[in-house]
Amino acid sequence: MQYLLLIYQNEAQAGAASPAQMAAMHQEYGAFTQSIVKSGNFKAGDALQATSTATTVRVRDGKTMTTDGPFAETREQLAGYYLVEAKNLDEATSLAARIPSARIGSIEVRPIRKFD
Amino acid sequence: MPATDSRRSQESRDGGCPVPEVERVFRAEATRVLATLISLLGDFDRAEDAAQDAFSAALEQWTETGIPGNPRAWLVAAGRNRAIDRLRRHRRFLSKRQELAHIAAIEAQSQLATGIASEEESRLQDDLLRLIFTCCHPALAQEARVALTLRTVCGLTTEEIASVFLLPVPTMAQRLVRAKAKIREAGIPYEVPADELLPERLDGVLAVIYLVFTQGYAPASGASLTREDLCREAIRLGRLLHAVMPAHPGPDALLALMLLHDARRDARAGPEGDIILLEQQDRSLWDRRQIEEGLALVEASLRHPGRPGAYAVQAAIAALHMRAATFAETDWPQIAGLYEVLLRLYPTPVIELNHAVAVAMVDGPERGLMLLDAIAARGTLANYHPLPAARAEMLRRLGCQSEAIEAYREALALASLEPVRRHLVDRLTELGGSR
Repeated sequence: MQYLLLIYQNEAQAGAASPAQMAAMHQEYGAFTQSIVKSGNFKAGDALQATSTATTVRVRDGKTMTTDGPFAETREQLAGYYLVEAKNLDEATSLAARIPSARIGSIEVRPIRKFD
Repeated sequence: MPATDSRRSQESRDGGCPVPEVERVFRAEATRVLATLISLLGDFDRAEDAAQDAFSAALEQWTETGIPGNPRAWLVAAGRNRAIDRLRRHRRFLSKRQELAHIAAIEAQSQLATGIASEEESRLQDDLLRLIFTCCHPALAQEARVALTLRTVCGLTTEEIASVFLLPVPTMAQRLVRAKAKIREAGIPYEVPADELLPERLDGVLAVIYLVFTQGYAPASGASLTREDLCREAIRLGRLLHAVMPAHPGPDALLALMLLHDARRDARAGPEGDIILLEQQDRSLWDRRQIEEGLALVEASLRHPGRPGAYAVQAAIAALHMRAATFAETDWPQIAGLYEVLLRLYPTPVIELNHAVAVAMVDGPERGLMLLDAIAARGTLANYHPLPAARAEMLRRLGCQSEAIEAYREALALASLEPVRRHLVDRLTELGGSR
């Protein structure tokens, strides 16, 4: 099965990290990504720009409305994702637990829906 | 109809089997058959349909030919075959390729499971254990775990489970449908977790079993003091888990705890269903055999290396109660000491309450009241009737009549179990207070 691992963390808090802390985090992410590429679980993954760069689009009655900012204000924001292949939810959650941000934020594990 | 009946009864004599006997055998085998069918079919709903089909087939055939030598294997085979038939019948919903893939998968699984035809008890145990771990998976909400375990592992009907939780039947049915859908769609595995996950997962399973037990031993509301069916199911699950994982700490302690509590069942309620407190219980009504079994398990559970688990300490406390020949001979200092151990290792407000009550038995009601007031001041047990009830008891023993009446009224406003309410009303009346 495929799962999307959504990485949520507090942007302000992550932004306040020292350069050394950020470099360490970066390195950890690199090592984690390498390891799941090697194990065959990795399908895709990216980090996102901050929510201050987000734009939300809605179409109502045929009219497109474009607004600044994310869809909802929350304590933690979507910061990145991995798309992984895993045998089952247990494997997916154990991959999620190894994402460095799991220690400071939270990872939502969502199965990919298949239409056949 | 009469013609059929006489034919049936005639054939019963020639080796057929009467319907109630078929039903009895089916009920005894239902959970294990379902567990194996889920493992073969990989889907709860299809397995439930298949088990139902297998039962219909058994009703038809066993009443004619008698019960086969291995009814469980017969039922699994019948269920599996019916499931394959159903898949074929529903092929218009599936592509030919999908259908063949499904059937191939079922048959491959069945090859693996050929053991079910004969002696491989272990494989069936494994299926049952897998089923319990799946139903108690932490990705399911706690209430969904309990409901699913009661439905699938214990075989209670949706109506029965709805009545345990005081919920409308459609709400409970919806909860079960959602839980099964999550298992399927989120890929919750039908497996006993790997060793590194086992301790955490086992804790989750034990919590569900204990919740089933407490729902039976101390229901939150309703007319009767206990629900025997739930206690029995919880003990059955506890036995099963202990039998399969004898070396793991936890199952033995939980089983001991449940056996020891449940051994008092007949002494806990009077003929009218009224509460009889520990102090007034006729101890000759306690189930001696069950106590002996529980005591042996407590000792075993305390011998595991490492610090004792929460169930083991609670079971040790229950054991001290059971060992006392009379209420007056209860070893309260040791009980209070064990509650202190519990408080240090696994602090919860309820444990704190029980500790305060035990301390009051050693040091007197004044000290007990002080501890209870401290708990009440924090407000963590604000809606828990045993707290004001325990305060009321201390106040009564201290001779503070009006404050005791106040506390009993407070408890009464929070209690919804009928026998508990009657008990509180009796106490109020004794003190000359009205409701």
